[in-house]
Amino acid sequence: MNKARVNPLNTAAMHGALILYTLIALFPVFVILINSFKTRKAIFREPLALPDGDSFSMIGYQTVMKQGDFFLYFQNSLIVTVASLFFVLLFGAMAAFALSEYRFKGNTLMGLYLALGIMIPIRIGTVAILEMMVATGLVNSLWALILVYTAQGLPLAVFILSEFMRQVSDDLKNAGRIDGLSEYAIFFKLVLPLVRPAMATVAVFNMIPIWNDLWFPLILAPAEETKTLTLGSQVFIGQFVTDWNAVLSALSMAILPVLVLYVIFSRQLIRGITSGAVK
Amino acid sequence: MQKPRIRWHIAVFLAPAVLVYTAVMIFPLFNTLRLSLFSKIDQERVYVGLQNFQTLFGDPIWSEQFWNALGNNFWFFLIHMLVQNPIGIALAAILSHPRLRFAALYRSAIVIPTILSFVIVGFAWKLILSPIWGIAPSMLDAVGLKSLFAPWLGKEEYALTTLALISVWQFVGIPMMLIYAALLSIPEEVLEAGEIDGITGMSAFWKIKLPLILPSIGIISILTFVGNFNAFDLIYASQGALAGPDYSTDILGTFMYRTFFGFQLQLGDPHMGSAIAGAMFAIILIGVCLYLFGIQTRMRRYQL
Repeated sequence: MNKARVNPLNTAAMHGALILYTLIALFPVFVILINSFKTRKAIFREPLALPDGDSFSMIGYQTVMKQGDFFLYFQNSLIVTVASLFFVLLFGAMAAFALSEYRFKGNTLMGLYLALGIMIPIRIGTVAILEMMVATGLVNSLWALILVYTAQGLPLAVFILSEFMRQVSDDLKNAGRIDGLSEYAIFFKLVLPLVRPAMATVAVFNMIPIWNDLWFPLILAPAEETKTLTLGSQVFIGQFVTDWNAVLSALSMAILPVLVLYVIFSRQLIRGITSGAVK
Repeated sequence: MQKPRIRWHIAVFLAPAVLVYTAVMIFPLFNTLRLSLFSKIDQERVYVGLQNFQTLFGDPIWSEQFWNALGNNFWFFLIHMLVQNPIGIALAAILSHPRLRFAALYRSAIVIPTILSFVIVGFAWKLILSPIWGIAPSMLDAVGLKSLFAPWLGKEEYALTTLALISVWQFVGIPMMLIYAALLSIPEEVLEAGEIDGITGMSAFWKIKLPLILPSIGIISILTFVGNFNAFDLIYASQGALAGPDYSTDILGTFMYRTFFGFQLQLGDPHMGSAIAGAMFAIILIGVCLYLFGIQTRMRRYQL
């Protein structure tokens, strides 16, 4: 495109539209965060004002710390998310390697079978999943959640990773074979390091839905000691509806970890999407 | 290497994924469909054929709830298609403009709501729209539109639309990013060729870019469809399992949850719950098939 043809009016309009939408996107988060640091009176008198010396208060956070076991919830969420991601990536990469590297009978069929789950939500099978977890005694354990999220994440992981693994050069793998590496060593030592960017993309895609899910924690692991942060804040807020300080603080505490993770991973996320990982 | 031998490593590579996926996803899916053909009579599980579906569609109490939830779900989906996707496409079109400053900053900010959980989003909006707190009415007052304010989430006629718009607010980042990626992959030469023919600015968007990103719009539509028809969290977080006021925000996800898990006075019934899950499965399957065979195969793809 030509430099001469950029209309300053056009540029202003574009920035105007984007700024407007950015404000719409950030406004609710901003209001929740600033009000969580204010006294009850100030929350109602001037909801849009920043907290100052007069109106600053941490009372909400104190209530949350006293009443809710947010550290435990946070720890549960972290364990579930990290463990699920680990299994999705390991199992997904192994299956993707088998599908993209070897020719065997039923290869295409197996690929289609594993891809079914991309379009069909796992929630449809909830009734039977709950029965199974009750029968195996896994209900109210973090393992129930880890298994479900692993199964949920695998189809897309296999799909994306096998696309990437097809691009790994055959010469490299054959050189490894000539050097006497086993198929396992080729996978773990040669191929895995090469598809690391794709693995990161898959991880980021899976991380947010797992962390934020409410359905399965509610149904499979509602016990106090296995509550995730999402379920824990839902229950906590439900009990403290009238205590605005506590509700706003609980919301802020649920927002912050995700926001921090986002700041760390947003580059990866955006690069992952724009590199055409989703086609 | 001539004689056929079992290559065990292939099985080892495939086994964990296939086992977990089959045991936790595919098997329960079919088991749920099977359970919908049973019922509990005198504490025993009895095969009743299609009787649960007969109840679901024939019994006035059940069918009224079902059609209400299904209708609401279609309205929910329609608002996403009409509001979320056009806004997403428009934002992506602006963002993909070459030499736009701060593009990365805008992009990151607009995606922030998408990463928040439904619980946060539901409650945050509930507080903001609450007549007690008064942020929404006082903001409308500032632009002289106070008379427009109503407790939107509490009124039967507005609640579902309000929730759909909140969900749009949350997820606009997804179509935006996918379309943005599609727009970036359009080669510069194509646009330059258009420019030589005098097609620039808006008409370049309508005549060149839009036809090229149609496949991405198709994918976004089917993702929105599947996502909307198993939505649950936002409604549950902000309106509870009864999807009030008076079931006006009830969608298939909340209906299924209430039925199979039970809520307050209503006892949980896994078999009716499975029947609803079966109906949801059928709807999603029809939608996906329509997309795969009706739309995707007919869409013109351009070699770039």
